Amino acid sequence: MKQLICITCPAGCKLLAELTPDGGVNVTGNTCKRGVDFALTELTNPMRTLCSTVRTSFAACPMLPVRTDREIPKGKMGEVMRLLMGIVIDKKIACGDAVADLGGICEGKIIATSDWLMSGV
Amino acid sequence: MFEQYDVAVIGGGPAGLAAAIASSKEGASTLLVEREGRLGGILKQCVHDGFGVIRFGEKLAGPEYAQRYINELKETDVQVSLLTFVDKIEKSKDGFTLVLVSAQGMRRVGAKAVILATGCRERTARQVAIHGTRPAGVLTAGAAQFYTNILGQLPGRRCAVLGSGDIGLIMTRRLTLEGAQVLGVYEAKSIPSGLPRNIAQCLNDFDIPLHLRKTVTRCFGHERLEAIEISDVDENMTPLPGTEQIIECDALILSVGLIPENELAETLGASLHQVTRGPVCDQNGQTEIPGLFSCGNAAHVNDLVDYVSESGEAAGRAAAMLNSECLMLNYAEISVDNNFLYAMPQRIDLSGSPEEVIVYFRSRDERGKTGFSAKLGDQVLLKKIFQTLRPPEMERVVLKLPPGVKAGDLVRLEME
Repeated sequence: MKQLICITCPAGCKLLAELTPDGGVNVTGNTCKRGVDFALTELTNPMRTLCSTVRTSFAACPMLPVRTDREIPKGKMGEVMRLLMGIVIDKKIACGDAVADLGGICEGKIIATSDWLMSGV
Repeated sequence: MFEQYDVAVIGGGPAGLAAAIASSKEGASTLLVEREGRLGGILKQCVHDGFGVIRFGEKLAGPEYAQRYINELKETDVQVSLLTFVDKIEKSKDGFTLVLVSAQGMRRVGAKAVILATGCRERTARQVAIHGTRPAGVLTAGAAQFYTNILGQLPGRRCAVLGSGDIGLIMTRRLTLEGAQVLGVYEAKSIPSGLPRNIAQCLNDFDIPLHLRKTVTRCFGHERLEAIEISDVDENMTPLPGTEQIIECDALILSVGLIPENELAETLGASLHQVTRGPVCDQNGQTEIPGLFSCGNAAHVNDLVDYVSESGEAAGRAAAMLNSECLMLNYAEISVDNNFLYAMPQRIDLSGSPEEVIVYFRSRDERGKTGFSAKLGDQVLLKKIFQTLRPPEMERVVLKLPPGVKAGDLVRLEME
């Protein structure tokens, strides 16, 4: 049995979980179904949403907040951070617009999480 | 004759945005005053996700959460005044007079009701007992977050974090991702202040140690921080001589608590609650000064932005419907037993015969399975079992008010 803290919502349930031979998972301590899904992924291939910033060429808004549009493998976060450090945004993009594709690293893309470049720069 | 509004909202963060939208939707002419150049308040620099799980059923980044409200605000006819500072607010015959300062100069504005959505401020190094020099490199977690996320400047390469509040934990992860080394998080209490999920995803994910019952007692360095002294503390959080340990670092990040910002409320004579440090409020955030409302983190420090928005909406609706001719406020009181740190609101405005009231509370100590009850005389209004209660986590309950409740009644909140 492994002790986990479910990060799905602010409740942060303390889980005790172990994989079963049939590829499922035994969980206690969860207060909703999401805890079961979380435990299974966490024990097999932990996933996280990565949030960060990228540089822009606009002086009034030097950094644009971004995130991955889905959860990505936890172990890939460093590689994605290195990709982000090389990006400079020089176009006015909106909240939700794609900033980069993660194709070479994992599935998914990077999206902007604010509209700041659309107004006042 | 100067500009006149039904409702003036001070602060364009999540509480103020929700308040202004709600006020305008009720048909009130509304002014929103924000001192910065962009709306969104502190959410602008909270680039991490996890916002809006309750409100939208999604895990949004801070700026994304703010954007949803900013977009909604654009659909209303709220007058927004950016880069504008409130110099003072005075009580007038039919409401309030605000003195506003901006690049255009000083102007006076009238409002029948004022909503304070001024948020909270971080405790600084001056409010915790750290001896030694005052070098650069000692900064609050919020300041470190501003440097990192808004300016794109790393505040340090080798950092220590004092205090285990959520912002400190979030910044630990953020600095680590940006390539800084975080040596550890030091917490004087015996339990962490932040949410368990933030301990998991911000510290454990990156193998960053959390040291409980330890604090920073001294800073070293002339121009720039060079090292800090860490000491063990006893159960009263007093440092124990002989346990000192020197750690070399170039930044000390403080996450040692938040205090509601209530300078304006105090100048108007609203009394502040001893524990929340926000004004004594009713369920709509109305303070003891009729027509003056408080919401969000200015009223009490919330754990989730979703509740900040909820309290902003309640204040916005009530302020818009405020009718100066029928300010016959009649109140029931809410009291808590010793097991509570506080409950919000402290009183219930019975005008308009509310059928239910939302109550937020925190427990004084960490507790296991606990029975919560709300009573009016012998009548039980609500009974609920909580599996765990922790002071860092706010709880929310909805009390159904019986038709017979009258002014002067006492609603008692108890734990067993």
